Formats: sequence, structure tokens, C-alpha cells
Amino acid sequence: MTSAVSFKKVSRHFGSVRAVDAVDLEIAPGEFFAMLGPSGSGKTTCLRLIAGFEQPTAGSISIFGERAEGVPPYRRNVNTVFQDYALFPHLNVLDNVAYGLMVKGVGKAERLKAAEEALSLVRLPGYGARRPGQLSGGQRQRVALARALVNQPKVLLLDEPLGALDLKLRENMQEELKSLQKVLGITFVFVTHDQGEALSMADRVAVFNDGRIMQVGTPEDIYQRPNTRFVADFVGSSNVLPPDFVQRYSGQHRWGSLRPESIRVSSATSGDGVAARLVGTNYLGATTRLALDADGLRLHAVVPAGTSLPPEGEAVMLTFNRDSLHLMDETA
Amino acid sequence: MRSDRGQRAPLGLKIAAACGLLFLHLPILLIFVYAFTTEEKSFVWPPPGLTTQWFAVTWNRPDVWDALSLSVRVAAISTAIALVLGTLCAAAVSQTRFFGREAISLLVILPIALPGIITGIALRSAFALADIPFSFWTIVLGHATFCVVVVYNNAVARFRRTSGSMIEASMDLGADGFQTFRHVVLPNIATALLAGGMLAFALSFDEVIVTTFTAGQQQTVPIWMLEELIRPRQRPVTNVVAMVVVLVTLLPILFAYYLTRDGDQIAGSGK
Repeated sequence: MTSAVSFKKVSRHFGSVRAVDAVDLEIAPGEFFAMLGPSGSGKTTCLRLIAGFEQPTAGSISIFGERAEGVPPYRRNVNTVFQDYALFPHLNVLDNVAYGLMVKGVGKAERLKAAEEALSLVRLPGYGARRPGQLSGGQRQRVALARALVNQPKVLLLDEPLGALDLKLRENMQEELKSLQKVLGITFVFVTHDQGEALSMADRVAVFNDGRIMQVGTPEDIYQRPNTRFVADFVGSSNVLPPDFVQRYSGQHRWGSLRPESIRVSSATSGDGVAARLVGTNYLGATTRLALDADGLRLHAVVPAGTSLPPEGEAVMLTFNRDSLHLMDETA
Repeated sequence: MRSDRGQRAPLGLKIAAACGLLFLHLPILLIFVYAFTTEEKSFVWPPPGLTTQWFAVTWNRPDVWDALSLSVRVAAISTAIALVLGTLCAAAVSQTRFFGREAISLLVILPIALPGIITGIALRSAFALADIPFSFWTIVLGHATFCVVVVYNNAVARFRRTSGSMIEASMDLGADGFQTFRHVVLPNIATALLAGGMLAFALSFDEVIVTTFTAGQQQTVPIWMLEELIRPRQRPVTNVVAMVVVLVTLLPILFAYYLTRDGDQIAGSGK
């Protein structure tokens, strides 16, 4: 089967800066794909390469089997929802949504009807006569979404689309985007620096760092079985354990990762486990995050709220299930 | 000390402000009054009598019409050139980064900062050097040098406020470069261009110094006026023309001010 988007050894260098460096990537049709990474990791440049705003320095990109290098953005069947929405302030909402059809020469009645339908799809029916300036951030976001979807793109690109929204709205939009993608069956490629967002929405996640993809996999793969220290730390702030420590518990001299929620904390002073000292507690509502010091190794544990805890500075005993200790491929 | 908004200004300050305004605008009013005087050889105060005959006289003077028509054509064409070049230059400076960007920005503004006499002499020697005879087009070129600045200043301020991703969004939605310019860029800079164009027109219309250096035998309205003052003949005709010039320059400037008053444009009308 042809991939929706395929990168073969794609690089994009800006002078001496390797924004994207020899990236291989296959995105399947109909997939909800997230590109996750810190700022400056190359994820947005990858999105812009798909959209056509950037051209690769080396390598080849194809979109549904068609070579994309040298094809300008306006000749790609790909649409983008921009981070700042980039709505046209001089047009009303309906004309904004109908813009793509207008420049393609679709008749007025037909394109306004399609735009009205797209607005209903994003649950903003009847907002067509307003100006973008009269809408809230969440509404603008929906208009930007409708403006892209009305063109029936093969791939929809979303550049940190939820970044400017407040928490409640963001959670609603996450669910909505996901169900919209299921209904439409369009390939969504989604850029975010928020690991929670990537894990909750995407079918597959690519973790970027320094212009390279560190790992591609399902949210569960990425979270449970990170292959490098970077992924373990960036996705869900796992405890990264040095090879010497890991060897004591697994017998293998490799880097390991241990999820904070896999660690059990008891106030026993003897017995099996890792002796540590409680150095800080951080109340998070449903859970409490503990900072622990195990003989110089800084660990974090997340325990359910209400767990009885010794006071800060006291000795504690840490236990965990051997299965939850994940060994990473990265060389020690 | 607090300054309450409701507090009345002291009388002395009010008188000083009134005097300042009178000093600025009384001479202009005098010009209007002398347009109606019955005395034709010299300006005497008070006017011996009032008449509207000079309007008819002016209407029938072909030299007035020649000067007016030349001025309007020069202003229109200089403004048109300035609109194209100023917009292109503003787009380049504000949308892209390249080596020497700041220098170009400064060089474009320079003609309006330099005294007009320098621009005039420079253009005159350049035309002489290149063996270009003085004509309508040399005046237009001279005026375009400072008209470009006004348009550029207005356009660059507007471009700065326009989100760069809007152009990308337009391309993304299937519009090529020309469609993007027509449907997105132009509507967003239109009022800035209108304001800049009107200021450019007004500047060109009353320009004297550069024109004296770049004109051949033709007379634009301001040059014609200077000539009239030296050779007194039907003097109030000059005043009638002056009234027209004041109106022709004032109305566009007021309109431009109205269009851009809530923006952050730099008008650059220091000429």
C-alpha cells in the first residue's frame, strides 16, 4: 500500500543548522500521526516540508506516491491549520472558509454552501457573517479547521493547533479532533510539544530530537518501551536509570527506564528494595509526586493521593515490579 | 502635582495657544481674502472693495490651465510610479531577510531626509551627465524620488502588522502568487497605499525646489506662482490659484489622516 506521506533520507539544513537530518518516515493513509519533540527539534520543519513551504536539501518526499519536491504549496492536495490560525482579517468567516474553493474557481453559490457545511462540521453553524476578530480563540481554531477541511485534502497538517487554548478547551478539542478524524478518514499529521496530547490523540507518535526521529511507535510503545534515554525522559518524565543500577536488578549492563507510577514507596527501613530518602512532595490533586534520593540517584515516584507518607527527609524503601523496569536499546 | 482632566487651562496658556494658531493660519486666510480684492497692482489692507471677477479671469487664462494640468499629470504619474516601487520595496524589506536590508531601508528614506536642493542639484547634474533633455519625464523622475518614500513608509508599517503566515495560508489553500497578492495582500495594504498615495500626490503637487532643477520650459503650479509674484499682472489671480492649491492638497491629507488615524503609520510628510 502507498504511504500517505513518505520521507526518504530527507534533510533540511539552514546554513550550518541541521533542522531536519536524514529523516525516514512512513505515514499510513487514514492515520492520526503525531510529531512530538521539544522546540527546535525539527518537527515543525518536517510539517512545512510536507506542506511545501520548505524544500528538502537532500532526500525525497512523496505524498500518496507522488513526488513532492519542487511542487509549490498551492499544487499539493494538503492543507494546514496554522499555529496562529492565520485567518484573513478582511474577510468574514464564511469567505475565509470558502477561500480555497474561490481561488480554484468554484462558483459562488456552490462554494458558500460547502463552506456552510464545513462550519457545521466544526460545530459553528451560522457564524459565517462574523469577522475573525469577533471570535474567541477556540472559535477561530474551528474556523481554521473548517477552512482547511473544505478543500477535502488528502492530508491535513496541524501545527500546534491547541497551543493557544486554555486547558478545558484543549481537552474538548482533543476529543473533537479525534472523532472528526475518525469520521472523515483523512490522514492527520499533528505537531506538538505536549506529550500528553500526542499520547492521547495519535495512532502513532514520532519523537523528534535535534532534527532526527528518535523513535516511532504507538503511544503505548513510546510510553512503556522507550528506546533511548531522551524518549524516556521527554515522554512522561520517566526515571532514567544508569547501567550500574540496572545491572543490580536485571543482571544486564544497560540503561533502563522506570515509570514514576511503577514505584511503590513504604516507610519500612529494612527488607527488600532500594533504600532512599524522601526529599520533596508535590501535591497534584489525584496523585502526589515524590522526589527521592537513592544514594545520589534522583528518582521520582507518583503515588495515589491519600497514601500515607513519612515526613520529608525521612528514609523510605522503594520497591517495584521487575517487569516494569524497561531496558533500553541505547548502548551503555 | 496632579493634572485633572476636568481642570481648566490657565488663561495665559489659552492666549498663547490661540496666538500660535493665528500665527500659523492667519496668513493663509489673508491669501483667501486677497482673492476677492478689487485692487490688482498691489496688496493693500484693508481691500478697497470685494469682487468675484478674478475667478472668471483665472478661468480664462490659458497659462493657469497649462500649469494646473502639468502639475496634476506629474503628480499622478509620480504617485503611480511611487505606489509600485514603494510597495515592492516595502514587501522585500519586511517579508524577507537579506544582506544589506537595513541599508536599503535607510537609502530609500534618504531622499526625504536630504534637503530638496541636494536632490535637485544631484538630479540636474545626473541628467546633464547622461545627456537627457529636461522634459515632463525629468520632473516626474525628480518627484518620484520622494514620493516613493511616503508610500514605502506607509506600506512597510502595514506589512509589519500583517501576519506572515497569512500569505502561507493563502498558498496552502491553493492560491498562486498572483491570486495571493490580489485576494490577501492587496486588501490588507489597500488603505495604507491609498493614504501613502494621497500624501505623495500632495507632496508632488506643491513641490518647488526639485522641480526648478529638473524642469525645462514647463511651469508647474508652484513655479508659475513664483513667476507671477515677480511680474505683477492681475495679482489676485495668483490668490485664486493658491486657494485651489490649498484645497487640492488639504483634502487628500485630511482623508489620508482619517484613513490611518487608528494605525501606526509614519506619514513622512516632512518635505
